[in-house]
Amino acid sequence: MPINYYIFLSIALFCIGIVGVLTRRNAIIIFMCVELMLNAVNLLLVAFSKMHYLAKAATDVNTTAGSDGQLFVFFIMVVAAAEVSVGLAIIVMMYRNIHSVDVNFLNRLKH
Amino acid sequence: MNITHVLFWFLSVLALFSALMVITSRNPVHSVLWLIVTFFSISGHYILLNAQFLAIVNIIVYAGAIMVLFLFVIMLMNLNKSTEPKKNRWLQVAGGLAGGCLLLVLVAALRDTEIKGKIAQVNDGNIGLIKNLGKELFSTYVVPFEISSILFLSAMVGAVVIGKKE
Repeated sequence: MPINYYIFLSIALFCIGIVGVLTRRNAIIIFMCVELMLNAVNLLLVAFSKMHYLAKAATDVNTTAGSDGQLFVFFIMVVAAAEVSVGLAIIVMMYRNIHSVDVNFLNRLKH
Repeated sequence: MNITHVLFWFLSVLALFSALMVITSRNPVHSVLWLIVTFFSISGHYILLNAQFLAIVNIIVYAGAIMVLFLFVIMLMNLNKSTEPKKNRWLQVAGGLAGGCLLLVLVAALRDTEIKGKIAQVNDGNIGLIKNLGKELFSTYVVPFEISSILFLSAMVGAVVIGKKE
């Protein structure tokens, strides 16, 4: 499968995530759009890893080229899981204080 | 047009459609469910690329753990009705326009890259199997692996401290 297709699919998913972050007001949905962007990047990393592996496997049969990319995806998932647990705790605390998850109410730093 | 191509296009269309439904549906619970569909189709892409370990981890961690956490928080706060007030129309148009411009710029910039003709290997290659990735993870990347356990511990402590009353 040509690498172009994966690049454009990832760009489209990433831009959908960005539009979601810019247009929605619900903090939880903004957070979900961030996860969507992370997943777009993960998909592109895996595709590039397989591209790199195919280029190297022509000369060396049991090469491990490209496993770095997949391990980066693994670490991105680890960081995303930690981020979600802390972020949702922050959203719960915000809901407890202002009884809403609308990010437009969170402009108190202005005053 | 063999079965791999058909699967690729089906999974791509499914991923894009469900991602669009995530940002357009008014009910947060529907957004979460559509996001789960997106994650499953991305896992299908991983299986197509023969990255089996990441496909399983994606389903277990994202669709299994993180999305349940989201759903739990939404149900806890009783947000499962469309209470979101209408946003300023122009802000929505501007957001969509900004995202569309980014899409346009990225596609235009990457349309003629030098890696254009390269192929990403599908259906073959044992780089993504658990055996190979595990060897690499526990030899070259053992220090980041251990550090990520400390990250998890600190995230857990942070979540408990933030979520605690008083």
